[in-house]
Amino acid sequence: MARLNVNPTRMELKKLKARLNTAVRGHKLLKDKSDEMVRQFSLIIKENLRLREEVERALSQTLRQFSVARSITPAYAAETAFAIPSAELSLSCGEGSVMGVAVPEVEADTFGTAALPYTYSEITSEADFSVSQAASLVPKMARLAAVEKTVRLLANEIERNKRRVNALEYVMIPQLEETIHYIKSKLDENERAAVIRLMKVKGNGATQIE
Amino acid sequence: MTGKTAIVGDGDSITVFKAAGVAAFAAEDESAAKEVLRKIAKDYQIIFLTEELARPLESFLKRFDEELYPVVLSIPSGKGSTGHGKELLKSAMERALGVDILFHGN
Repeated sequence: MARLNVNPTRMELKKLKARLNTAVRGHKLLKDKSDEMVRQFSLIIKENLRLREEVERALSQTLRQFSVARSITPAYAAETAFAIPSAELSLSCGEGSVMGVAVPEVEADTFGTAALPYTYSEITSEADFSVSQAASLVPKMARLAAVEKTVRLLANEIERNKRRVNALEYVMIPQLEETIHYIKSKLDENERAAVIRLMKVKGNGATQIE
Repeated sequence: MTGKTAIVGDGDSITVFKAAGVAAFAAEDESAAKEVLRKIAKDYQIIFLTEELARPLESFLKRFDEELYPVVLSIPSGKGSTGHGKELLKSAMERALGVDILFHGN
């Protein structure tokens, strides 16, 4: 591992020790954060899977129902019946937080009470049924959308965090440790050299005086 | 903040949601869907996209993950589920954890 390019002085040693301290503490914190995020992630992903299965089942049932309705109504009648949308569904979209990651939070204001956009005489009852089913399904789908986005955002954050932890653990900390070791040995060497020089000077002086 | 929902897909699958109060945008193929998404991404917070269109647009949809909204959800169309949603889940899980904890390999 390459050591940092610094002068082997006491000043640098002090600075590097402080940096190493911070790096070790940061590494521990990030590792804890990573552990907790993974725990949260596994909870959320299970919820996501459950919701998705639920929504997919209900949705395919609704769409099948609707295609039955379409097939027993003339195309033009169906077109006109659905040409004008009924009341627009409104959702409240907020911002939540999972482990400091901003995630979307969705709440449906109106719960599946959308009025039919057509009169009963226009189209078969299968259509009414599938429309009301779809209307009650939309809030659930919106929640699924929010949960799935949360999963993706959290996955990104976990990946990024993992990279940070690894960078600290395998690059930053070894580098700092090696540099500190290098400076220490260099300083010791200098000290020994100074002692020897002193001894020599003293010895030489003694012989010269004689 | 109040959000609006939109659905992008082929004709049959989206009509029923139009009646349920979701703004419906028809898109026959992926390039049309891309255009529609570009146009509506600012105005709608939640966008449902049928799997047939979501699958080829996967890399395009990645850009929506940078921001909180809009949220794009791929849903099965009238032809039934193709398992695309679960694939997305799986890839996110493998990216984050490195292992598969839900599907056990299938």
